[in-house]
Amino acid sequence: MGIGGSDMYRQQILDHYKNPRNYGEIEDPTFTHIGENPMCGDEIRMDVVLDEDEETIEQVAFQGDGCAISQASASMLSQELAGMAVEDLKAMDRDDITEMLGVDISPMRVKCAVLAEKVAQDGADIFFGEKDIDRTVTEDDD
Amino acid sequence: MGHAESELLDVERIREDFPILQREFGGEQVVYLDNAATTQTPEPVVETIADYYRTTNANVHRGLHQLSQEASVAYEDAHDRVAEFIGASGEREEIIFTKNTTESENLVAYAWGLNELGPEDEVVLTEMEHHASLVTWQQIAKKTGATCRYISVDEDGTLDMDHAREIITDDTAMVSVVHVSNTLGTVNPVSELADIAHDHDSYIFVDGAQSVPNRPVDVEAIDADFLAFSGHKMAGPTGIGVLYGKKHILEEMEPYLYGGEMIKKVTFEDASWNDLPWKFEAGTPVICQGIALAEACDYLDDIGMERIQRHEEQLAQYTLEQLREEGDVETYGPSVGTERGGLVSFNLDSVHAHDLSSILNDSAVAIRAGDHCTQPLHDKMGVPASARASFYIYNTREEVDKLVSAIDDARQLFA
Ligand SMILES: Cc1ncc(COP(=O)(O)O)c(C=O)c1O
Repeated sequence: MGIGGSDMYRQQILDHYKNPRNYGEIEDPTFTHIGENPMCGDEIRMDVVLDEDEETIEQVAFQGDGCAISQASASMLSQELAGMAVEDLKAMDRDDITEMLGVDISPMRVKCAVLAEKVAQDGADIFFGEKDIDRTVTEDDD
Repeated sequence: MGHAESELLDVERIREDFPILQREFGGEQVVYLDNAATTQTPEPVVETIADYYRTTNANVHRGLHQLSQEASVAYEDAHDRVAEFIGASGEREEIIFTKNTTESENLVAYAWGLNELGPEDEVVLTEMEHHASLVTWQQIAKKTGATCRYISVDEDGTLDMDHAREIITDDTAMVSVVHVSNTLGTVNPVSELADIAHDHDSYIFVDGAQSVPNRPVDVEAIDADFLAFSGHKMAGPTGIGVLYGKKHILEEMEPYLYGGEMIKKVTFEDASWNDLPWKFEAGTPVICQGIALAEACDYLDDIGMERIQRHEEQLAQYTLEQLREEGDVETYGPSVGTERGGLVSFNLDSVHAHDLSSILNDSAVAIRAGDHCTQPLHDKMGVPASARASFYIYNTREEVDKLVSAIDDARQLFA
């Protein structure tokens, strides 16, 4: 009953949730940033290594705790980001995350889905001096 | 049917009054288990609302014409009906209609707290307080220099009454406690707490949002100075809450909101206040909602509050037993067999509460997942969120079985 209908929980998402990729820490990251989604208690920490020119992302690792949507999204994003230009990360939006996840995210869960993306973006913005915050907090209207 | 609850309530008959329960999502009939958030509205109450707008709608206390008079009488009488429902012998003078429980809390916090509290005063709350009370008193304390103290919650979800006796002192000016916890289901000994508060000349404010809808509540037996609850959690409409206050206290209190309706005489220099309860109902009040709430009181009294209490308790106990059958479910609050309100909060080891709620939605099972507006309590429970099933007069054991089976689906999906 209902299992097949759990569109948000396709195999890919469950697989990334149960076996997260790039889970852990990086020894000497270019930057580290933490974010949370207070309503759900989702938390994600991302370590990012940039290349020498600081233009391209070389490696990403994350650690976190929370619902399947937030954690699977972080895992998938960590793969997607490796090799990506910093400019492209900055240009990412909610639609890119939905596309990456490959499922329709119900409106109430969008915050969970975009948490990792916001953490990576804010982390980069802080590193380049374009933003001054301690933690990323996703709000209802994000 | 042969189920225990059918001896208490004629659930089949009651369900006929709630057409919304026939709705289907993806071919599955909705199983509505989010009643602690908002209950469904029975036909007689819906009819009252429609009837009011079809036949009686007008502003109150202002017009001398027939419609205004009828609306005024119905609206005023609604206060008396609500007073009777909670055993307030002061009738309408002790019943203020607000927007919800939250506004009732704020009314007392602002009208009384802001004026009366100072740096030497303490407000005693519980660790299981809803944000409606916790955040409100916290902010009033910040503004007045008063201190908030919290009665601790034991492992078994009950209040540590020794601790209560320790921290309620002569410095305590207000004790604000939740009657039935919306997260743990615990039924707190409010009458004992009222005695302790009064021994120290403190007031006691009882948050009845989760008790008035589902059990007999008698403010005078409790000896509560204030009691708050919401219409939308007791078969009434949204947009109306109630503040009960002892008459002599309300008389002393300054108004909360100013404007029309709440005044007696106004000059360019000053104004004097209307009689109770209108002094606290500034502007055009919640007329239709008030009349509909009185109808909801009739509806619930016809069923019988004691029966409703036992029906809910049985469903909650049954749910607890079913959930605890699997070793991977943690439930919160009083253990099996101990008194509790009609709700059960829980977590499944392997599935986050939000994922669980999303998956249950696929089986048309509606539960709440989150912190239930008790973040500090969840911090203490050591989890950011929990899932919560909460019951009302129309729920059945079959629906609990559907919940349990949908939880099993989630378990398998995440296995
Ligand atoms: C115990 C308790 N207090 C207060 C409230 C607040 O009620 P309302 O949102 O109607 O103001 C609720 C419900 O959400 C509750 O369960």
